Amino acid sequence: MPRLDELPAGSRARIASIAGDAALVQRLMELGVLEGEEVEVVGFAPLGDPMEVRLADTRLSLRRHEAAGIAVDRIA
Amino acid sequence: MLTRTLTVALVGNPNTGKTTLFNALSGLRHRVGNYPGVTVEMKKGRAGRGERTFDLIDLPGTYSLAARSPDEMVAVDLLLGQCPGEPRPDVVLAIVDASNLDRHLYLVTQLLDLGLPVVVALNMTDVAASHGITIDAAKLSERLGLPVVPIQANKGRGVAQLSDVIWQAAEREPSRAKPQFPEAFEREIATLTETLGDVVPSLLLRRLLLDVGGHTERRLSEQFGPGIKDRVAAARQRLAAAGAPVPAVEARTRYAWIRAATAGCVTRPNVRPVTWTDRLDRVLTHRFWGTLVFLVLMFLVFQSIFTWARPLMKLIGAGQDAAISVLRDTLPPGPLTSLLTDGVIKGVGGVVMFLPQILILFAFIAVLEDCGYMARAAFLMDKLMARCGLSGKSFIPLLSSVACAVPGIMATRVIENRRDRLATILVAPLMSCSARLPVYILLIGAFLTAGRPWWVPGLTMFAMYAIGLVVAPLVALLLKRTLLRGDTPVFVMEMPSYKVPSVRTVLRRMGDAGGAFVRRAGTLILASMVLVWALLYVPWWDAQGRRYEDRIAAVGADSDESKAINAEWKRDSLLGRVGRAIEPAVRPLGWDWRVGVAALASFPAREVVVGTLGIIYQQGEVDTDEIREAAWGEVGETGLGKALHAARWDDNPQRPVFTIPAVLSLLVFFALCCQCASTLAVIKRETGAWRWPLLTFTYMTVLAYVAALVVYQVGSRIV
Repeated sequence: MPRLDELPAGSRARIASIAGDAALVQRLMELGVLEGEEVEVVGFAPLGDPMEVRLADTRLSLRRHEAAGIAVDRIA
Repeated sequence: MLTRTLTVALVGNPNTGKTTLFNALSGLRHRVGNYPGVTVEMKKGRAGRGERTFDLIDLPGTYSLAARSPDEMVAVDLLLGQCPGEPRPDVVLAIVDASNLDRHLYLVTQLLDLGLPVVVALNMTDVAASHGITIDAAKLSERLGLPVVPIQANKGRGVAQLSDVIWQAAEREPSRAKPQFPEAFEREIATLTETLGDVVPSLLLRRLLLDVGGHTERRLSEQFGPGIKDRVAAARQRLAAAGAPVPAVEARTRYAWIRAATAGCVTRPNVRPVTWTDRLDRVLTHRFWGTLVFLVLMFLVFQSIFTWARPLMKLIGAGQDAAISVLRDTLPPGPLTSLLTDGVIKGVGGVVMFLPQILILFAFIAVLEDCGYMARAAFLMDKLMARCGLSGKSFIPLLSSVACAVPGIMATRVIENRRDRLATILVAPLMSCSARLPVYILLIGAFLTAGRPWWVPGLTMFAMYAIGLVVAPLVALLLKRTLLRGDTPVFVMEMPSYKVPSVRTVLRRMGDAGGAFVRRAGTLILASMVLVWALLYVPWWDAQGRRYEDRIAAVGADSDESKAINAEWKRDSLLGRVGRAIEPAVRPLGWDWRVGVAALASFPAREVVVGTLGIIYQQGEVDTDEIREAAWGEVGETGLGKALHAARWDDNPQRPVFTIPAVLSLLVFFALCCQCASTLAVIKRETGAWRWPLLTFTYMTVLAYVAALVVYQVGSRIV
């Protein structure tokens, strides 16, 4: 299963599971990063990190190592 | 009807229009509350109409009541009525963004655990409508069991109705509808209640169980002993086994409830429309174009500070010169006239001169912040900051420090991790603040503008700011590798939707910044200026006991002899003697004793340097008519600019003091030195210990001296 940080810019995916440090998982979930949600990779910052993702109308900036705990099923 | 004073807490996510609603409800007057031990401020104001007024408290923007630091805990404590000196709120006013409703309702469901009446202000209904989202507020209100009032805070729509609804809510029983947690979870809460007794509010017990490594855990284990941690850990293990793992159980439960509640009252288009934010982010966060826009934007900001402020500066300069000449014409020469003209008017006037630039810079910062670009800047800069041990979150405080390190250091409160925060505080004074602008403008205007290509001033100015942008991260890296070593904190940041910045917010930021600057000019700086004037005035008789003023009057104030007498006076004054004593220390930097004195006098507040240079150099050039007639178009044509050009070394009258290497050395010194008592005071306040301001002062002074030394020694060998 691919990880969110491995997806190219412009791709969409469905979140399968979220793992990592408890504080990180809690913050992600509070912001609506939940299993089953659709996520779009908007793009990557100049030096390839962090990445911008969009869930419905929430845009988040995630560091790649933080996105690495999010397993996804790619849709497009 | 209630007769007591109603207290209302305003709660909401960041970037929801919370401050705009606070202003719309309470008008312009407010006071700021500070709490011991923490660094958050809460604004308080009075709102409502007629007899139905209430006290409104603006809590810091937050996504959740899961407090991870003492600062985040203050809002929870206030809502629970556990904040010393503050009454428990009677009503909680929750502001939510209609264009992103589900996520904003998350915090609302947590507020329901308080057992207080909650009123929902549904803001940005216009944005939601433009995205094709329609919300049936009446139906939503029924489903949530809470009053829901659609508003447009920026246009003041629905605000009056909101006041009425708040009063009605205060008179009713709070809603009982709220998300139901799994039975296993409620059993653990019941067990914890038995263990700890009912002294702990139930909201805190929930937070204790849900927030792994959170602040509630830390506080309650201090209160009840470390054994509590083992109990909670065991409870969490049981919950994971029962299929309700912490922290996921909270988000799953709450979001499921929210979705059930909003189903049928919110209609969204089948295909999500492409929004302006989508389009803008394609460019503004793009690897190449985004970076280009960022750099061009930063360059434009600084170039316009340079050009737009000119007409206003001209006006202030003319007013100042006029005031001086009026005083000189009406008052007899003597200490009082000298104090008023050279000490007070020139000193403070030379500082107020830079008010237009400060206002322009703050206008830019306010616009960038209000429109949502600041988060993009943090996104673009994050990797760079991460390499230096900081995060994109440090970027905004550091950028604010470009205006003034004092609000910049206060803005570090958004950084959750204490080590990151300390590192940011310690390097924030390295950013080129607006108080450095005077010396930059004076030196660049006088020596690097006339007769040079149009881009030289802008580029030099950009370079001065770039010094801070380069050195601050390097120092931060050093700190994070040595004194402040530790793990990397959580870095997840929301990128808010773009919006048209509010004129009111921008004007308010400009007013606050300008007001603070003028107050400083009126107090600390004025005191320093008068002290510097006095140290340059005393003694006012020469070795033969003759008064300098009598000698000047004898030869005529406009004559060349009077300039020579003035130069002698300054050289033999108290400050001149100190300056000559320290000249060996500043000579390697390319400075003569006058420049050394000016630098020394500006340690309490660096703005003082321009006024001090004015006192030291302009003294010999008392040609009021010429000053009055002079155009302020070019700084080099002003009296002070000309005086600096004419300055020569005492021991070699052929050698100009302000050569290009010496000018650059002075610029670099001011760019890196910590000449600001207010900054050191705010560092003490924010860190709670004297060792941090002391460290800041020491390392910056050493750094500034060494860098100025290198610039002059290398520069004078090249030129």
